[in-house]
Amino acid sequence: MKIAVCVKRVPDMDVRFRIGADNVSVDEAGLKFDINDFDAWAVEAALKLKDKDAGSEVTVISLGPDVVQETIRKALSMGADRGIQLKADKAPFDGLAIAKALSAELKTGGYDLIFFGKMSPDSSNGVVGPMSAELLGLPCVTAISSLEIATGRGTAKRELEGAQEIVEFPLPAVLTVDEGLNAARLPSLKGIMAAKKKPLEVKPAQLGEPQVTVRKLELPPERKAGRVVGEGAAAVPELVRLLQTEAKVL
Amino acid sequence: MSNDFYNIDSVLSEEERAVRDTIRAFVDEKVLPIIGDCYIEGRFPKELVPEMAQLGMFGANLPDEYGCAGLNNVAYGLIMHELERGDSGVRSFASVQGALVMYPVYAFGTEEQKRHYLPKMASGEIIGCFGLTEPDYGSNPSGMITRALVQKDGSWVINGAKMWITNGSTAQVAIIWAKTGDDKSDKSIRGFIVPTDAPGFTAKDQKGKLSLRASDTSELVLQDVRVPATALLPKTGGIKSPLMCLTQARYGIAWGAMGAAQACYEEALAYAGNRVMFGKPIAGFQLQQQRLAQMLTELVKGELLCVHLGRLKDAGTFTPQQVSLAKRNNVSVATDIAREARRLLGANGILAEYASMRHMANLESVYTYEGTHDIHTLILGQAVTGINAFE
Repeated sequence: MKIAVCVKRVPDMDVRFRIGADNVSVDEAGLKFDINDFDAWAVEAALKLKDKDAGSEVTVISLGPDVVQETIRKALSMGADRGIQLKADKAPFDGLAIAKALSAELKTGGYDLIFFGKMSPDSSNGVVGPMSAELLGLPCVTAISSLEIATGRGTAKRELEGAQEIVEFPLPAVLTVDEGLNAARLPSLKGIMAAKKKPLEVKPAQLGEPQVTVRKLELPPERKAGRVVGEGAAAVPELVRLLQTEAKVL
Repeated sequence: MSNDFYNIDSVLSEEERAVRDTIRAFVDEKVLPIIGDCYIEGRFPKELVPEMAQLGMFGANLPDEYGCAGLNNVAYGLIMHELERGDSGVRSFASVQGALVMYPVYAFGTEEQKRHYLPKMASGEIIGCFGLTEPDYGSNPSGMITRALVQKDGSWVINGAKMWITNGSTAQVAIIWAKTGDDKSDKSIRGFIVPTDAPGFTAKDQKGKLSLRASDTSELVLQDVRVPATALLPKTGGIKSPLMCLTQARYGIAWGAMGAAQACYEEALAYAGNRVMFGKPIAGFQLQQQRLAQMLTELVKGELLCVHLGRLKDAGTFTPQQVSLAKRNNVSVATDIAREARRLLGANGILAEYASMRHMANLESVYTYEGTHDIHTLILGQAVTGINAFE
């Protein structure tokens, strides 16, 4: 089976962000970057299929400047076979532009399965996977939490509010991966060494003109300081009054 | 390094950072949740060994043709750093397996010995220990009593006792150092690969430790233990051979100690920010800021020392005396950092729920093993003055 996984380099979400001087992007100084968690689970899903069928080949694709090669190599060190960087000065905000560039590459690969993370936490659009499927004319199942592949067909589970949905689809198909599908393996030390020797092709990204752009990025307004209305049971009537009249939540 | 105040990451390669990140994630996910309980129970978490092996932590700086990861020495050091951020006992296990068991097989063994043992040791199938120290010969290993006598058929019979042996009761093989021949001089010291199930070989857990409680420390007794001629590590000769192994291990210890120190510093920093006393976080008091500033300073210095020493080791120009300096300094400052962290944590600092006191107690062992702090002082004294103050 030929499998592709599209991965994105994202900042570590545990740190405090600063807005860049251009007011439309995040200041990257001091940030630590890694593969998007959802994409790491997508890589793991592909590698699990390869574990069962050693003849499979897993290709990892990332769009962006040369630093995304590190993200690709992380996937290679987990066990993927080869990487493709679609080179661009930066990944645009416009999901359709990214999907066009990715699908131009994906349609030449003859892939049986194409994985995406269901979203990336930096831009939170969640559209690149479904848009790529649309451009490729392939069935798409989003936010899968389990996956079985047998004889040219797949079965996946999706978590809905209060229910689970089991869907079936033919291959080739595009899948986007939700939390809970698996736990991504750690790259072994041998895997890290081997990744350096695996092929990593660099091609220009066919992005076209982005139609959606970020005009302004701003931090949420500072929360006002809290107020202590009193202590113990005696303070309850005043607290209830303020919640009713001032906060208007009761 | 998560509190990377000096941007030390910028002098690490992508591959070195990737190695560090793998071990860091392993320690966060697998070691930290259980290590406090292991320490209280006084047991080494043996269940971690298969995954440590699978990730490639054992003998990671030895060549891949023997089933090892083939990393450079900075990456190897980062492994030790991250493991000891978990616990000195876990790092000690990996140090012994890699630097004191696999390294001597690699450096002093025949090609057959290397091909037989190294892949199985890298995969954790064979665990080893290193028998040099004896009850009456610690800082002066040249005086060892253990003897190996060659028999007419070429086999060897070994008699003696070894003490403070990490992994001693866990190991399938022991690298035993013994005097050979009758001259009793340290020039006759040679190394043997001894199966721990050989008749006459016994290992006994050393009870009552208040330090390194999550580590197997054992006493070995060899009574007429017979091993074939092929058990000898043929390229060993003299006290220099085991000392070469110790240089490898001490290099890892210099890194490891800073991992323990980092854990303590980060715990102290987080605690100081959260613990409110007199109406404000204790991080806002000058006395605690003084503690934190001092801890941070020594941490940064020690880590930079490690990176530079690793680069020298990779260039093949490092000296055992440089390793002595790093081991001596880093373990000493790590012990101080752990103690100050313990104190900053107040009463909570004595609980196993926090790491600082565990690290503090562990580091007291690390201060003493692999060349005591005092012995490294004398090594440095001799290196700079040319005068031997040992005797």
